[in-house]
Formats: sequence, structure tokens, C-alpha cells
Amino acid sequence: MTPVFQPGDAVRVLKGSPPGHIRTPFYVRGCEGIVERFVGKYQNPEEMAFGRFDAPIVPLYRIRFKQQDVWPDYRGNPQDTIEVEIYEFWLEPTNL
Amino acid sequence: MKRSHTHENFTMDSVPSTYYQFLEISVRELLIEKGLLSAEEIRKTVKEMDSRGPERGAQVVARAWVDLNYKQLLLQNASYAVKELGIDIGPLQLMVVENTPKVHNLIVCTLCSCYPRSLLGLPPDWYKSREYRSRAVREPRAVLREFGTNLPAEMEVRVHDSTADLRYLVLPLRPEGTQHLTEDELAALVKRDSMIGITTVEFY
Repeated sequence: MTPVFQPGDAVRVLKGSPPGHIRTPFYVRGCEGIVERFVGKYQNPEEMAFGRFDAPIVPLYRIRFKQQDVWPDYRGNPQDTIEVEIYEFWLEPTNL
Repeated sequence: MKRSHTHENFTMDSVPSTYYQFLEISVRELLIEKGLLSAEEIRKTVKEMDSRGPERGAQVVARAWVDLNYKQLLLQNASYAVKELGIDIGPLQLMVVENTPKVHNLIVCTLCSCYPRSLLGLPPDWYKSREYRSRAVREPRAVLREFGTNLPAEMEVRVHDSTADLRYLVLPLRPEGTQHLTEDELAALVKRDSMIGITTVEFY
């Protein structure tokens, strides 16, 4: 599975709330950020958690968000950022 | 009155009370019973985990401070760079983030308490607390202040939430006035909290 996104790409985290062992924190769901870097391919932990050890291998990225975009009432430097590891299937390009 | 039981690893004079304590004991005993692990192996691993401190992390930081090429390697491929120093971190996927005069990095794991144990030892209790895990992402500057770390307003604070397969280590800023120190002396300045990013490295 070739990574779809490149560093610098603008992406949005999907908004879903599926049950289970989800690695995408609630606070960034629906938020827009920038791909900081691609960090490798890993077996999907959301499947592995249920004993599916043949889980597909999925690309993982570090996504950089502006704190103001995550917390509208964020107090601090407007340049402050937060970086979160997000699997590709949780991301969509923002130009869609 | 001393209670007798068969759990060798259970050294305190108390009984398990929570669901997870019972679960841990049940899984551990099953693994031993099935011959997948021995009680001795478990004891040795626990002992080794308990004895580990932040010295290895400090060693990595000091090397990066004195050797620019090493620093570049560390920032590009931390797992490889750490192994170059003869430090065994197993399958750990490490990422090192660099503090600069413009950016200060802070590490948290909001989902659980992921931590680079092979480099820093066991995490402090506050790192695992619900309060730190929720507030470090929500109001990092307030949390930093509570740890005595007052950063200039114009400096960017960058929080890293360790949510998936990587573990993080902060490369702190080398304090001024330390040009004459040896690598070992520099390593002695580097404390655990500065490699989590909740403090900076000080030199008086």
C-alpha cells in the first residue's frame, strides 16, 4: 500500500465514532491539519486489538494541527501546534 | 497477619482488589502454566524494568549536543542512531524532536501512557495521570508553568500525542555556558523531565 499523502498536504480527519480500539483521539476528529511526515506502515492496531493478526498493513502519518483549529478557545501563541499520529484510512484530502 | 498465597511476584502484604489486578495475575499464571514464560523470566524482566533510569536517554542527548552529524542522524532515524551508541531498544520505533530557540516540544500520550521506557525507565506517575494526559494537549502552557517552565510567549509550543506506533524523546536545548563540559558532564545535566519536555535543561 503506497502512501497517498505527501508532507505538506492538507488533510482532514474523518469524523466517525466507530466502537472498538480506536487510535485516533476524539479531539482531532473533523479537524484540518498538514501532513508533517509519513512514518511507515503498520498493521492496523484497530483490527489487531480483536485478535485479527492478519490485519492489513496501513500507512501512518504525523499530522500537524494548529492548536486554534483543535481548540477554538485555545489560549497561547496562535502558532502553537499539536502533532498526532493518524492512520491513512482516517484521513481525507481537504480539497475534496 | 501475613497472608499466604502462591503468587511469587506479589510481594506486598495485600490482596488484589481490582479487575485488572486479577486479570494480570490470571494471564501471567496461564502463560507460566502453558510453558510460554517462566516465573523466573518474568521476575528478571520486572527487575530490569525497575532498575532502568533516564541515563540512556541522557547519553543520547549529550552525544547529539557534541556531535552535529550524530544529531542529524538522530533527528532523521532515531531508532538507528540510538543503536549506534550500543543501546538496545528492541523493536521500538523512536522519534526524537528537537527544541530550538523558537520551538519547544512536549510529549504526552492521551490514549494511555506510551513512553520510551528503554531510554527513560519507568514513567513518572504524573505522566500517567488523567489530568496530565488531558491538560497537556488542551492547555500545554499552563501545565508547563505548573512545572516551573515559563516559556516566552513568542516561542511555539508543539505538543506530540503519542497515539500509535512511535515513541518520542525530546532533544532539549543545550544550555549556554557549557562549552567546556565533557560529554559525560553534559549527560549528567540532562534530567528525565527535560526529555519529556516538561522542563528545560539548566546549568548554573
